[in-house]
Amino acid sequence: MNSRIPNPVAQLDMPGAAESAVRRPTDWKSGAMQSRVRRRYAAERRFRFLGLTAVLLSVAFLTFLLVTMIGNGIRGFTRTEIRLPIDFPASTLILDPAALRGPEADRALAGADLEGVAAAAADTAFGQGGNRLLSDGAWIAVRQAIKADPSILGRKADIWVPASTGIDLAAKSEAAAADEAAHARLEQAGAVRTGLNLGFLTAADSTDPTLVGIWGALKGSLLTMVVTLLLAFPIGVLSALYLEEYAPRNRWTDLIEVSINNLAAVPSIIFGLLGLAVFLNFMHLPRSAPVVGGLTLALMTMPVIVIAGRNAIKSVPPSIRDAALGIGASRVQVVFHHVLPLALPGILTGTIIGMARALGETAPLLMIGMRAFISSPPSGLTEPATVLPVQIFLWSDEVNRGFVEKTSAAIVVLLLFLLAMNGLAIYLRNKFETRW
Amino acid sequence: MNDDSFGRITGDPNAAPRLTTKMTARGVNVFYGEKQAIKDVSIDVTQEHVTAFIGPSGCGKSTFLRTLNRMNDTVASARVEGEITLDGENIYSSSMDVVQLRARVGMVFQKPNPFPKSIYENVAYGPRIHGLASSKATMDQVVEKSLRRAGLWDEVKDRLHDSGTALSGGQQQRLCIARAIAVDPEVILMDEPCSALDPIATAKIEELIHELRGRYAIVIVTHNMQQAARVSQRTAFFHLGTLVEYGDTSEIFTNPRETRTKDYITGRYG
Repeated sequence: MNSRIPNPVAQLDMPGAAESAVRRPTDWKSGAMQSRVRRRYAAERRFRFLGLTAVLLSVAFLTFLLVTMIGNGIRGFTRTEIRLPIDFPASTLILDPAALRGPEADRALAGADLEGVAAAAADTAFGQGGNRLLSDGAWIAVRQAIKADPSILGRKADIWVPASTGIDLAAKSEAAAADEAAHARLEQAGAVRTGLNLGFLTAADSTDPTLVGIWGALKGSLLTMVVTLLLAFPIGVLSALYLEEYAPRNRWTDLIEVSINNLAAVPSIIFGLLGLAVFLNFMHLPRSAPVVGGLTLALMTMPVIVIAGRNAIKSVPPSIRDAALGIGASRVQVVFHHVLPLALPGILTGTIIGMARALGETAPLLMIGMRAFISSPPSGLTEPATVLPVQIFLWSDEVNRGFVEKTSAAIVVLLLFLLAMNGLAIYLRNKFETRW
Repeated sequence: MNDDSFGRITGDPNAAPRLTTKMTARGVNVFYGEKQAIKDVSIDVTQEHVTAFIGPSGCGKSTFLRTLNRMNDTVASARVEGEITLDGENIYSSSMDVVQLRARVGMVFQKPNPFPKSIYENVAYGPRIHGLASSKATMDQVVEKSLRRAGLWDEVKDRLHDSGTALSGGQQQRLCIARAIAVDPEVILMDEPCSALDPIATAKIEELIHELRGRYAIVIVTHNMQQAARVSQRTAFFHLGTLVEYGDTSEIFTNPRETRTKDYITGRYG
């Protein structure tokens, strides 16, 4: 630091001098070496511990989520039923059993005051106000019973009908004191049981939690996903192929690449606003329809597919392209006979990840009106519909406590849907994967 | 193009009057962007001979080989000047279809690169895309004939539908040769075909080159001078993008005219 005068000792340490000197053999057992070895082992152990902790933590979170969701959700798939004795001959019901044996049956039943009959029977059986123990849809069970066996119209019959939300809650967890008391009375009389709620899997939204079903939203989701897949997959894959295999490398392709990467990162609500402006206001497509939802989600999914597709195409070894070109395959043949089949597992994995993200998307669909109250499952792509995540969002907002377990049940259905999609992705990847 | 200088390199054209010239290159320059990789190369490839390109790494021999079937077209920055002909027809003219050219001038690469498909499919792919086999029976014959010529038939005839990538390295390279000859090419270009193989597999490939000679014009790029001496009749020595010397292999190896050739062959550099 201070001397410019050559130091003879320092000169000895210079490379030229050291080379000429005899090199001492390395002492692998010295104290410094030993502590270096110990530090290395400690670092290994530390890393393994941290990695394991991270994995355990995420497994714990996942387990917690699944256990709570399934624990709550499973109750949404069951319902509490009450045995309702109805004395048909004594009731006010005017129905001709003969009319029930033909195509006119539905009309005949529609004209009959089944709701009144059920309410009166409940009041008779459980005392004044007994009607309130039953679900608003109790008469539907009565109607089904009559349709199944019209002969019961001539006698007294016991029909199991869904209970009201209060009784349902009292049976499953805790409810208001009056409901708990009513439930206890019913239980003592042996007039209450728990049954599978098939209606949940076949019905659509409703204002009464005992009548709601997930099928409307599930079907809406399915239709929306079909539109998304049909649009985003071919456009995404063809874009990826063109950009990787054909496009010249220049400023324009760089610009396109940056734009696609940015597009994949745009918040989904922006896509919703875009869908609202373009598909609804400009193109005048029907509001709340799966076709519009699918179009909007396709915009969102396509960049994900392009990025995943380009990576998969890039990972196909160039020697395969050389081999095919070398025996006189055209570029299209190289792409479709060799590159695409080898890249397909990666493309499919990326596609399913993009689709899973689209399936769970709520925000853009709110913008295009898929949050409407839709009480019947959509019958086509242009019918009003809602989708699973939006349905969850809507139910979680409900005041009625009966919707709590329905929300959880809807989440379980959504998770199962996702699980099925990911399972499909793994199956497809293994099926098309080439062993080298 | 300069006929005088070319005559000097190839030697006396009257020395071997029975030879048929399959491919010719005249004044070929290849550029990668601004960088010139091949400088004014003129060469004749004859039908009857195996022609070897030797030279140190980066001398441009592989680049030149790839201009002969226009594989350099796939490199966006590559530009080829000069004239290369196949049977007198300029392969860089607009009337030449590059797909057909590559079927006529086949190529075997440095690293064995079978398709990840069955052995049968590997060989059948070329004939199929060019429509060379009309029926399943014809295709079976083409596959068998190609595998026999590549000396692989006896080893794989019982497992034609196993994956081509499951074969050993030497077998894979012979499969690639079978794949190249299945489309019945006129010229086969081999780019260091043995550099990834062990000595036994190398010997088999060299033996195969001997057998294929005469039926196809063969051009082989090699790093291994002993291999060039063993398999070729004509040798071209490349250095820094130029063709230094081209002549009969025996001449080049025993009595090179140029000092640079002599230095390279005697191991002075390379």
